[in-house]
Amino acid sequence: MRGYLPPYLAKAASVLPLLPLELVARRLLANAMAVRPTFALRLGEHAGRTFAIDPVDCPFVFLITPEESRASIRVVRDLSAAAYDARIAAPLVVLLGMIDGTYDGDALFFSRDLVIEGDTGAVLALRNAIENAELDPSLVLGLPKNIHGPFNRATDMALNRLRRTLDAPEPSGPKAYSS
Amino acid sequence: MMARSPSSIPELVCPAGTPAGLRTAVDAGAHSVYCGFRDETNARNFPGLNFDRAEMREGIAYAHERGVKVLVAVNTFMRAGAVDLWKRGVDDAVAAGADALILADVALVAYARETYPKQRLHLSVQAAAATPEAIAFYRDRFGIARVVLPRVLTVEEIARLTATAAPCETEVFVFGGLCVMAEGRCMLSSYATGKSPNMTGVCSPPSHVEYREENGALVASVGGFTVERFARGEPAGYPTLCKGRFQVNAAALHLFEDPVSLNAVELLPRLADIGVAAFKIEGRQRGRAYVSTVVRAFRRAVDAIATSGRIDVTELRALTEGQAETTGSYKKAWR
Amino acid sequence: MSKAPARLGLTLGPVLFNWPVGRWVDFYARIADEAPVDRVCLGEVVCSKRQPFRDEVILDTVDRLERGGKEVVYSTLALPTTKREVRAIKEMIEAGYLIEANDIATVQLLNGRHHVIGPFLNIYNEATLALHLKLGATRVCLPPELPLESIRLIAAGNDAVEVLAFGRAPLALSARCYHARAHGVAKDACQFVCERDADGLDVLTLDGKPFLAVNGTQTLGYVVTAITREIADLREAGVVSLRLSPQSCDMVKVATIFRDLADGHTTQEEATEALSVIALPGPLSDGYLRGLPGANLLDEVD
Repeated sequence: MRGYLPPYLAKAASVLPLLPLELVARRLLANAMAVRPTFALRLGEHAGRTFAIDPVDCPFVFLITPEESRASIRVVRDLSAAAYDARIAAPLVVLLGMIDGTYDGDALFFSRDLVIEGDTGAVLALRNAIENAELDPSLVLGLPKNIHGPFNRATDMALNRLRRTLDAPEPSGPKAYSS
Repeated sequence: MMARSPSSIPELVCPAGTPAGLRTAVDAGAHSVYCGFRDETNARNFPGLNFDRAEMREGIAYAHERGVKVLVAVNTFMRAGAVDLWKRGVDDAVAAGADALILADVALVAYARETYPKQRLHLSVQAAAATPEAIAFYRDRFGIARVVLPRVLTVEEIARLTATAAPCETEVFVFGGLCVMAEGRCMLSSYATGKSPNMTGVCSPPSHVEYREENGALVASVGGFTVERFARGEPAGYPTLCKGRFQVNAAALHLFEDPVSLNAVELLPRLADIGVAAFKIEGRQRGRAYVSTVVRAFRRAVDAIATSGRIDVTELRALTEGQAETTGSYKKAWR
Repeated sequence: MSKAPARLGLTLGPVLFNWPVGRWVDFYARIADEAPVDRVCLGEVVCSKRQPFRDEVILDTVDRLERGGKEVVYSTLALPTTKREVRAIKEMIEAGYLIEANDIATVQLLNGRHHVIGPFLNIYNEATLALHLKLGATRVCLPPELPLESIRLIAAGNDAVEVLAFGRAPLALSARCYHARAHGVAKDACQFVCERDADGLDVLTLDGKPFLAVNGTQTLGYVVTAITREIADLREAGVVSLRLSPQSCDMVKVATIFRDLADGHTTQEEATEALSVIALPGPLSDGYLRGLPGANLLDEVD
């Protein structure tokens, strides 16, 4: 299956506690929101909605609610008890690739590597806001500016290798097309 | 074919859906970019898209620093009792340094012309000006400098309109989504959802779009009307109403239009020869990757026209919606 | 100071469909003799290929309508494209008839001469209406998708606004012929297949749910607009006339129902009931006027 992590990893991960993951995710999200303070503004009426970001090959789901100047994030095992307005589902490397510009959200949707559910308007708002945000790994990790370039390149290489190993979709995003 | 002087190279007009999209289009080689404010005054009023006043000023500054023009679309029809929203849009676009305004409502054109006598005004495709007489109406009364031609015309009609519109210029869509109905006069969307491109600036709005799985197929509907069913393994798409499949006389077909995209790249030399001043790329709602690829490719093509070089059409194939292309109505067989 | 409630005029819109000439002539004969309408619009709005069939009979038809006390208005094409189509409009203007303009090209050709405007021009607000009045329009039929609040604002302070009160709402126009496409023939060799569908050819979704109707190059709603519940609101808003767009049903009966309703001789429930027993191509709707999707039916709760 395109881009899926091997099932044994998911099985192994399912015994791990979720809190560490949630703490890391919160940090990453706070970093991203700090460098993109107008993100929630761009969401307009869809700010305050809860998005379920669902890596289908992992035993957890992120619930993100972007608000005015901060965003809250929770990690849950599954969505059975969760309330959310929209769900975006894809293999983990594909989701990461959408955020860092490796993939074009439209292309993933057309090829059905990405599945959306729920409030289509909210999903579109999120996708446009992420497109505009021009995030990359070093921004999200809150790294000092002077190592952004080399760090991003190194991460790209590692992720590309991983994507090839997992038979993920071909890059289609701005990173793949800028010359 | 002769080489052209720089002034007669058609202007490549590129979509800027967001500030990042604007920078992408500018960096990719656009001669000018078009964008709108984040409200119902422009015809791509999708969630998360468009510019607030500050972003508009910054975007125009970024473009101008690089010698690129910015055309601001205030191209929906003003709502009764709320015309001030559109007039403020015109005012703020002019104040921000817009090189031209793209307008559709004749009363807004009149306001812009009276208030800003020197401001360059373009007529939006939403005004559906498809005859010399229609163009003359706007050109002679309001001094429109350029008209964006409807996508339902043949090359011969474009030639005739370009000749008769002068000194008003013509701008022609060459790539992207195809609108099969006379634009600005289509109510299919409001029939199904209550929202239309004319009044609210949205067609088949996402707020009324639903995807659901049904017997292994992905069903896309708008306002409760099923517009398409994608079988397992079939590429999915956005359920634009006129691109859907419907039943007539018990047969299912893409009645209004196939889900194809316009790609008139092979017609560019011909369009340039007949004097079309600008080539427009549709796609403010598309991602930066799409914009970057398309703009780069078309800039190469336009530059090739200038030097009578060959135009390479292959790189654009992968990006067209539903992976199928058409030259649209530009060749008469479409009708 | 209160104004006495003004009498709402009734306009019979142009027949949008490709009715055979015999049917067309008989239709207008009955209208001339029996229909309580004030004015009748005549003329091909959708496809210029259909016009020649009526050339022989049009003058007699006009004559009959005028003898029946109806004001005759000449409707013009909503999407003229060719030189020939524009020239035909020019000739009608030069002949001195009262023209209904359905495209901005026609407004340009009229050059300030008094005219009326059909539901195909983009007049969505008071400023645009005022501009068209300055350009010579004396009455304007508003686009069907406008809600009551907008109509109120647009009709305030003038006597020019008409609203579509009955018939399948015209939604879109194209250069492409959907009748030809549905029958697998080319537009240039269409064999006039549109003649087979007196109310338009029904379009359903893949689930079999009725959705739209096509009429040559025109797309209409499946439902039949029927503004029976808001007549008083429209009159109060300053609307001066109601447009009834002909369907294949008994339009004399439809006109009588609306005449009685407008004059207060029947209630809106009686009028709705009377309409609902007429053989119509779709269920009754007033969605657009209530600010809802145009497909919404009369009895659907907001």
